[in-house]
Amino acid sequence: MSARVLEGREAPVLSLRDVSADLAGRRVLDGVTFAVQPGEFTALIGTNGAGKTTLLRVILGLQPTSSGTVELAGARRGRRSVGYVPQKVLLDPDMPLRARDVVALGMDGHRLGIPVSPRAGRVRRARVEAALASVDALDFADARVGTLSGGEQQRVLIAHALIGEPELLLLDEPLANLDLRSQHEVVALLARVAEQHRVAVVMSAHDMNPLLPVMQRIVYLAGGRAVSGSTEEVVRSEVLSALYGHHVDVLRVHGRILVVAGEGDEPVRPPGEEPGSVESGIVSVP
Amino acid sequence: MFSSFMVNTWVAASIVAVVGGVVGFFVVLRGSAFVAHAIPHGAFSGAAGAALLGLNTVFGLGVFALAGALGISALGRKGRHDVATALGLVVMLGTGALFLSWSAEYAPQIYALLFGEVLGVSRAELWPIAGLAIVCLAAVALLYRPLVLSSIAPELGEVRGVSERVIDTAFLLVVALATAMTVPVVGALLMFSLMIAPAGAARALSDRPGVAIACSIALALVTVWVGIALSYAINWPLGFFVGTLGAAFYGLGRLIGARRRRIASPVA
Repeated sequence: MSARVLEGREAPVLSLRDVSADLAGRRVLDGVTFAVQPGEFTALIGTNGAGKTTLLRVILGLQPTSSGTVELAGARRGRRSVGYVPQKVLLDPDMPLRARDVVALGMDGHRLGIPVSPRAGRVRRARVEAALASVDALDFADARVGTLSGGEQQRVLIAHALIGEPELLLLDEPLANLDLRSQHEVVALLARVAEQHRVAVVMSAHDMNPLLPVMQRIVYLAGGRAVSGSTEEVVRSEVLSALYGHHVDVLRVHGRILVVAGEGDEPVRPPGEEPGSVESGIVSVP
Repeated sequence: MFSSFMVNTWVAASIVAVVGGVVGFFVVLRGSAFVAHAIPHGAFSGAAGAALLGLNTVFGLGVFALAGALGISALGRKGRHDVATALGLVVMLGTGALFLSWSAEYAPQIYALLFGEVLGVSRAELWPIAGLAIVCLAAVALLYRPLVLSSIAPELGEVRGVSERVIDTAFLLVVALATAMTVPVVGALLMFSLMIAPAGAARALSDRPGVAIACSIALALVTVWVGIALSYAINWPLGFFVGTLGAAFYGLGRLIGARRRRIASPVA
């Protein structure tokens, strides 16, 4: 830690340089470049099919790149240091597992054998307890995990990802299928976790608005290409028009940001909108 | 009922029940009931082939069980292997039909492999059963955490370096091993019910995986014990008792599970 502080500027926990990836012969990511600093909250914004999940899988090493480099701080020191919450995991209510069992597997689920040492067991339990506390999940720690609500399951999976003390936490659409209140709770929780645990959070979403109060960096994906920077730098008409390849207006209304396709152009589908909701050539982010 | 001749039967059936209860827990957890159906029944064809060639039927059983498991694993994609399983099953059953048609005489030995010959286990047969049971249980203990993790969501395992492919194949091999050791004792039909019903009932009884496995073992033991006792006393086939008792336990387990859930959340 001190060594890195002495260098003046901390090394990024994650840096992608000119990363391209292909799925079944189709270019899904095209020259994506961005870096994430320690403890930074990054929103990965884009429509369905923009390449968000592929980008996360590339960072995790589950998807090979066609070109470019991905550097992870932890990987350089020979330690796996990424927590991951996959998209739409719906836990089976018939599965005899408590929330705390799922969290414990985040620590040692890859290990072989059954842990028997009582001393290690105590350490294990304490760590699980702490991870559950950090996501406010102690109340339902002993409940069957499949019977919990979507927001509660999301918190359990975040604890599962956090218990390994990663430097980088990746979440794939954690707000999908959650009601507004749960969305706000999860976002507030992630912002708190990023600060307290000094873990960089990278989460994908199709709507940036719930994240505006907390995000420090936005990576805006469209058609496999990306621009990255602060919200002010990226969410501007010139920048997004260049990314989409045609004119896009950015409107700020009541603290919300709407991305609107320009008149006369081919309708764009900015994040959050399904094709069915295109009306009179104007599309907006709710 | 407890003569020295029957003691072997009790011991063999108890070993089979423990393995069925443990392996079954993961069969049910991973939603692989169809695989647990296909491997024992398909393996039966291997026994028919071995009988035709004058080899030990258990050998043929083991070879077919392993081949079936590896075939299903190779053909299946991303943990979904229902079509691959069905194909494996029909190929193996078809081959079994061919082998049986070539056999000049009717083979009660092979018939027993379908429905079990638990009332005639010799002492010499006990050792291989016990040995395979230990290997089977050790394999499950070794794979315990990665198996549970990948059952929650394969991606959660993948990011920790747990290859879903490897885990899935290893698990299918454990099912094949359990099949090879248990089918000669209880038959393919009973092995299937011992791997499904007790575990299915047990998962409703506790939210803790360890306790649920213990319940699964206990229910499997009670099922075979009561089954043997009734079968001995009334002289009806053991298969009938194990099948119906298993289903009854499963129904009971679901009822208790539903009740527990109501008590746990009185508001809902």
